[in-house]
Amino acid sequence: MTMVDEPTGTQAPEKEVGKARRRKEDARLITGKTTWTDNMSLPGMLHIAVVRSPVAHARISNVDVSAAKAAPGVIEVYTGRDFAEEQGSLPCAWPVTPDMVNPGHPSIAVDSVNHVGEAVALIVARSKVAAQDAVELVDIDYDVLPPVLRMEEAVKDGADLVHDELSSNTSYHFVFDAGDAGLGGNTDQAFADAEVVVSRRFVNQRLIPAFMEPRSCVVSPQGDNYTMWSSTQIPHILRVMLAMVTGVPEHKLRIIAPDVGGGFGGKLQVNPEEVLALLVARRLGKPVKWTETRSESLMTAHHGRDQIQFIDIAADREGNVKGLKVRLLADMGAYLRLITPGVPALGAFMFPAIYKFPAYHFECDGVFTNKVPTDAYRGAGRPEATFAVERIMDELAVELGMDPLELRRKNWIQAQEFPFTTIAGLEYDSGDYEQATQQALQLIGYDELRAEQRQRRESGDPVQLGIGFSTFTEMCGLAPSRVLGSLAFGAGGWEHASIRMLPTGKVEVVTGSTPHGQGHETAWSQLVADELGVPFEDVEVLHGDTSISSRGLDTYGSRSLVVGGTAVVKAAEKVVAKARKIAAHLLEASEDDLEFTGGKFSVRGTPGTGLGIQEIALAIFAAHNYPEGIEPSIDADATFDPVNFSFPHGTHICAMEVDTETGMVKIRKYASVDDIGKIVNPLIVEGQIHGGLAQGIAQALYEEAVYDDDGNLTTGTFVDYLVPAASDLPHFDTGNTVHEAPGNPIGAKGVGEAGCIASTPAVVNAALDAVRHLGVTDIQMPLTPERVWRAIHQGGDGGERATAGTIAWGGASTETTTGVSTDASSLGGDR
Amino acid sequence: MTEINVRVDGVAYADAVEPRTLLVHYLREQLGKVGTVVGCDTSNCGACTVHLDGEAVKSCTVLAVQADGCEVTTIEGIAPQGSLHPMQKAFHEMHGLQCGFCTPGMIMASIDLVNDNPNPTDDEVREGIEGNLCRCTGYQNIVRAVQQAAAEMSGGAPTSSETLGAQS
Amino acid sequence: MIPAAFAYARPTTIDEALQAVADGGEDVKIMAGGQSLIPVMRLRLAAPETVVDLTRVAEMRGVREEGDAIVIGAMTTHSDVLSDPLIAQWAPLIADATETVADRQVRHRGTFGGALAHADPAGDLPAVALALDAEFVIAGLNGRRTVGAAEFFVDYLTTALEEGELLVEIRVPKLQGTWGMHYEKFNRVAQAWSIVAVAAAVRREGGVIAEARIGLTNMGPVPLRASGVEAALAGAEATAEAIAAAADRAAEGTSPSSDLNAQADYRQHLVTVLTRRAVTAAAGL
Repeated sequence: MTMVDEPTGTQAPEKEVGKARRRKEDARLITGKTTWTDNMSLPGMLHIAVVRSPVAHARISNVDVSAAKAAPGVIEVYTGRDFAEEQGSLPCAWPVTPDMVNPGHPSIAVDSVNHVGEAVALIVARSKVAAQDAVELVDIDYDVLPPVLRMEEAVKDGADLVHDELSSNTSYHFVFDAGDAGLGGNTDQAFADAEVVVSRRFVNQRLIPAFMEPRSCVVSPQGDNYTMWSSTQIPHILRVMLAMVTGVPEHKLRIIAPDVGGGFGGKLQVNPEEVLALLVARRLGKPVKWTETRSESLMTAHHGRDQIQFIDIAADREGNVKGLKVRLLADMGAYLRLITPGVPALGAFMFPAIYKFPAYHFECDGVFTNKVPTDAYRGAGRPEATFAVERIMDELAVELGMDPLELRRKNWIQAQEFPFTTIAGLEYDSGDYEQATQQALQLIGYDELRAEQRQRRESGDPVQLGIGFSTFTEMCGLAPSRVLGSLAFGAGGWEHASIRMLPTGKVEVVTGSTPHGQGHETAWSQLVADELGVPFEDVEVLHGDTSISSRGLDTYGSRSLVVGGTAVVKAAEKVVAKARKIAAHLLEASEDDLEFTGGKFSVRGTPGTGLGIQEIALAIFAAHNYPEGIEPSIDADATFDPVNFSFPHGTHICAMEVDTETGMVKIRKYASVDDIGKIVNPLIVEGQIHGGLAQGIAQALYEEAVYDDDGNLTTGTFVDYLVPAASDLPHFDTGNTVHEAPGNPIGAKGVGEAGCIASTPAVVNAALDAVRHLGVTDIQMPLTPERVWRAIHQGGDGGERATAGTIAWGGASTETTTGVSTDASSLGGDR
Repeated sequence: MTEINVRVDGVAYADAVEPRTLLVHYLREQLGKVGTVVGCDTSNCGACTVHLDGEAVKSCTVLAVQADGCEVTTIEGIAPQGSLHPMQKAFHEMHGLQCGFCTPGMIMASIDLVNDNPNPTDDEVREGIEGNLCRCTGYQNIVRAVQQAAAEMSGGAPTSSETLGAQS
Repeated sequence: MIPAAFAYARPTTIDEALQAVADGGEDVKIMAGGQSLIPVMRLRLAAPETVVDLTRVAEMRGVREEGDAIVIGAMTTHSDVLSDPLIAQWAPLIADATETVADRQVRHRGTFGGALAHADPAGDLPAVALALDAEFVIAGLNGRRTVGAAEFFVDYLTTALEEGELLVEIRVPKLQGTWGMHYEKFNRVAQAWSIVAVAAAVRREGGVIAEARIGLTNMGPVPLRASGVEAALAGAEATAEAIAAAADRAAEGTSPSSDLNAQADYRQHLVTVLTRRAVTAAAGL
């Protein structure tokens, strides 16, 4: 598809929705006129640096802060003891089972530390440098305990415990059985009766969201009021949670998320440092700032994924699937954060994917380890599910000797079957998997690639070619509040918007969905321009400040347009309805005789009459002449609570070259066709797909958070945590099919996570397809050249990596416990 | 403290700095040039890229004292107030940014690249900006933007083989 | 992060620099381009009391011809190396490898001599210097001495530079005859250090390889010459088979480390493949 040009004429009111509008946000971002939280400087502002644990598991036996307190520029030094009575526990909003064990999560450690990087002391100083310098002066004695690092060992009887007051390392055991839920047959029976069963163990490795803007927060106390600027995705949720955790009354707290440099779920969190900054500001009555370094960010901001997946699929010899069984071990890390337990549990509903399984059973254990907690990362539950099911479909195809696409086609939901209720109880809204697949096959040039693959195999070329598929769907538009309630989630899933008509006819749109790079200001302007018939340029979108946008549930789960955008549309409809009454009064006509097009009310059949909605805004501002019995305002707000999720889908195809001599893999071509429903701005949509692809491909090929046997994060800098650069990624050929979502008036399904969810298995399947004839059946992610080479030449899945960081800069990367003093922290490292 | 004299975005400054002060911290904290940001501590991400005497450098890996006597250009100084450099314009036109945190550094590195190579291929752009990480865009639209700006900077027609938004 | 405080000296001549180093006492660090040193100081893995910054020592910059060698000033930046005509003519292997070092911003600051003196086993230039039999001119308060590449790299991050000494220039002999050169680098992402890399210079006489020099990056604490491969190639036919057979010996005498990117046995395999590729390219096959 091709984008539409900028508007040229003014005759028929041209629709904004569907136009490739350049983003309004860009003006400040490309000129450096941004307001990142760390740009903030307030009079008398103090700086916080955090002293962090260098050990993964220990009792704190002694803390000596005297030297740090005496250091130049230092105002105060705090330890966990200082806040023990008032810090409460960081919140976990998703008790996925009634008996889920939550050990509580102090923002600053009091008696014990449970992961490297946990806060143990705070320096408050007049300058950032002074605070940083004093970190090294805090002397802490640790009685080291054995670290619990591997889930499969942690769940065994007699395993060392992360929290010794608990009886095991298992936080919860979550079960979903379709048979018990009345949605399908007996899974055990289905497997017993099946002609073919394929079982696999997949590792969905630990990842780091690695947003580009490090986290930062500034707190300014004014009397008993506090304003916090934070680099957060969730100012509204943060406000509620901070009030509940610290006891600062909610109405005395104002949270502002100014320009926020990416999040990807990584800023969907109530951070210990946010709590602590508020407590310090309250204690001292002074404005304070905390900004993390990149090493702190990689080490202590929550991680994502980290599941061991046992998946079994049953089928008959003809390739009809008969059942699916999934057992997950999900690494919680040391504590439960905001939605830590819910991420893998959410996956329960996505494992059946687009296939018509007659039986399905899902179990998940949430397991504590001495690592930083996991939580939301782009896709959150859905990439894990999609990876496992799209991988096992390929394995089943191999077992059956079937073409992998043929197997999928045989089992997927047909276009005419929508809406379709799956074995997991979700009602898929709309789509056409065949259409998307056909389009993707054309985009990538499938037949030529298969021919080349044959030729390379026959000639024994050292570089082999493989083609991998991912025919995926996901659940977006989080979320129907009642459904969330049934899943024991601690909040609703509605979204709020309000529209303020200014006297000059300009429009302020207030959204509760707080962006951090997505382009809400542009897309919302397009929606409102169409709804109100006002120029795109006349709309200003306000967000991210709880004093301006008082109600909202923020941005995650591809919910913004679907839920937040719908709230905007509904608010606009109310504005029009209110304006209609004024127009009828001023035009001396019946409301029923008015039509509203292009921003103008006119009396049907009376050409030349008319009153623009922007003129009405002025008239009602003056309020000299308006109907009896109504208020003099056409402002409106709306809260939208969806009744169902939306279900984007698509087909992604990857063509991969594998150098069998070195194990190096290289993506030759990548094509994706996504159905995300109605497209409001094709430019933004394409950008979201590209970015998602980059992150999904990075999981397959590059990224992994690796801990050594002591529980040190050895991928603690960008030297070893490999975020791909431009030269590490291919060109993407992207396309769309459009089946509008029936569940919202826009027809949109959500696009933020699609590329990330779909791409990972396509890439791994492609690599396996290239070397399957050499006897390779699995390769662990990320597909490092070493793993690929080992899988080809030594069998297995490539095995574990060495955990030592690279030797760059004298072992810098193995000792990147910033703010942590260790004996080995000297140039030359400990190699 | 060491005295330095430095021109930043056309303005001369005389300041005293600690030798350990990084150029980026001097720019942000002493001069208020907060358009340039810090994204990492190992010179991998390139978010802090500025021009030092006309060449792109990572200002987190240069000491402020080393800029003594030098000319520094930041994202805030590449175009007169109220106008845009062709590279800024192209990033906007081609949707080469999302959250925008990497963008100032990305633009400064891209200008440096095009100064050396006025007509870079797709691969040359990708290699030319290998020192700058972006987590949002997947880079494809950045490549388009750099090629469009290169064409404008050399006064020619756009050479990009790609059409914006043509999801081919 | 911000480095710990240090005293700073910015000499403008080699003599001043030597004096500043001497005055700096025991805990002095010499900073060339600073592209490795500053990150290490930011992470506070190094906290020298004094930093002697060489960036203003003009006499240490540039490339010149001197009889049968080209002489590269230690403070010549990577980007200056890349555009230098003498290097292009006499030692294209250096440019080939330099092009793969980090990224353009880092290459604007990082220097040829700094990279050699840092002697990071994963750094690309030491193996090149070794393959080209470069000589290292070292200045001290008591005069100058010259050390061959084989003696210069002593151990992990350790060179023949004594306390108080400076690497001032590197002499690279002009190779006589028709040489082909190639640097084959293997890493996972663009910016990364080499997992393994091979520097090859090959002199062909017709269909025969008369002489080959092979330097290995990251196959031990110091760069190595693949002397077994060199011996096998000397006088060998310039054929794929002969090169492959010779390259099989590339891992002899190596002792690579194991880290996130590669374990030792894989590196030892990799080096044979990369050596074959490097020699093949250098031989123009």
